Amino acid sequence: MVNLKTVHLTTPVSDEDLADLEPGNIVYLSGVIYTGREGVYQRVVGEGHPPPEGVMDLTNVNFHCSPAASVNDDGSYTIGAVTATASFRFAKWMKDWFQISGTKMIIGKGGMSKSDYEKLFVPQGAVYLSTVGYGTGALLGRGITKVRDVHWLDDLGIAQAMWVIEVENFGPLIVDGDIHGNSLFDANNREIAKGFAKLYEGLKKPALSRYGETDDRSDELI
Amino acid sequence: MISFDTTEKTAFKLMEKAGIEIPDDYLAGIKVMANKEEGDLSSFVLGAMLENWEAAKEDRRPMCADTGLPRYYIKVGNEAKFEGGFVALERALREATARATQEIPLRPNRVHPLWRNEHNNNVGLNAPEVEWSFEPDADWIDITTVHKGGLFGTDYRMLFPGDGIDGIKRFFLDTIIAFGKRGLACQPAIVGIGLGGSKDTCMVLGKQAACLRTVGDKNPDPKIAELEAELKELGNKTGMGAMGFVGSSMVVDCHIEAGFTHTGGMPMSVHTFCLSSRRATARLHPDGSVEYRTDPQWFTPYSRRETVSW
Repeated sequence: MVNLKTVHLTTPVSDEDLADLEPGNIVYLSGVIYTGREGVYQRVVGEGHPPPEGVMDLTNVNFHCSPAASVNDDGSYTIGAVTATASFRFAKWMKDWFQISGTKMIIGKGGMSKSDYEKLFVPQGAVYLSTVGYGTGALLGRGITKVRDVHWLDDLGIAQAMWVIEVENFGPLIVDGDIHGNSLFDANNREIAKGFAKLYEGLKKPALSRYGETDDRSDELI
Repeated sequence: MISFDTTEKTAFKLMEKAGIEIPDDYLAGIKVMANKEEGDLSSFVLGAMLENWEAAKEDRRPMCADTGLPRYYIKVGNEAKFEGGFVALERALREATARATQEIPLRPNRVHPLWRNEHNNNVGLNAPEVEWSFEPDADWIDITTVHKGGLFGTDYRMLFPGDGIDGIKRFFLDTIIAFGKRGLACQPAIVGIGLGGSKDTCMVLGKQAACLRTVGDKNPDPKIAELEAELKELGNKTGMGAMGFVGSSMVVDCHIEAGFTHTGGMPMSVHTFCLSSRRATARLHPDGSVEYRTDPQWFTPYSRRETVSW
């Protein structure tokens, strides 16, 4: 196993905690986190509802997740596994969401673009952590100790509702975006891209191109 | 006669096994890749996945919370008889899906594409899919379930005969690279490729190649088997490993399925079956016994037949 710097943090995360995080650090969280994705964002940012009362005072960590969960007959909840969903789709809500919620840490899948970090995360002093794998659902599920509350379950359904969950040693998570706007994925992509020309060397292009291989819609594709 | 009750219970058990237990062939393949991986980050990711699969089995909880889109592949022996007929068999599969979603639990992923409403049970309009195939000289029914993640890693393209192997390699690389970045394909993946057929057949064959053949399996046509090996090697040379970090762990295996196609075309589809390759199979015998396994044995000499009669 490779030795990467590992950090244990408690929520709500402090500015000092976040200042020390660097891309590639491994993080385990203890405390409270909440799930929120397009359903929650649309309801709050798009339709103007306030976030559920008290949640944003409790924690500043937002997980892009739908749990594999069910509601039991007695009204309690069972959470089996949790994993993140791809975050790049949510960038359009982040500016307003940061402002309304005061969120300082986003946990998700695959990060957002470096320019999103520079434009949206740096002014907020927020960081982005990616889940690992992506399918460490069982390990992350183990880190959940209790479902504290579920908001908007009837309106949004299990997958899109806001789950407020207590966690202990919740991880592994890997730092992608730090407070300076650096991105681990971006750095890796740039390194890997250096080899692409050689990879395609000698392979002739197909006879029929596709839109997307050209940006000009007036181009003929043959 | 194979009973309704046994079928519902078996399908439920399959849903649980698929969601929780990583198949042995896939696990063995990833262990080999983890040993070869030299990228620090990619190596860390594979280590975490190995730990995750252990945790899933120990705790009996799904290995990944995106429990995919549950679906079924049914192979019916020509002599098999089912209580209530095929309509009842499909009902047993739908009942098992709904019950498993609540009891395991699985994520109720299935929603209407436009209205986004759900039934909280992974059953709905055209869901779960049930694909049928047949086997001569058999009195059993094989039920395979696959819960494949649904968003990334698949593409289709109409190539032409003149594009040749170069065209296949380019489209393979294009797809691997497009979805490998940031690990959207949740690699290392079993990459399935459909070649030929009509367009829908091309997609179906590629999907089945990814989801219904095990790591280490080779196409019976030696030249296609050679191309499988070549594409696997090419896919692991992109410089990209797990999560799209620098590394070499991209393709744990590559499977190609071909079908006779239009004389002017060479359609191709690419599919990636992810780090949570959820598949499980059971054989139901008329005496009520049930055998579980992880190799679907979906492609048989009969299913790949080229002749007019059998």
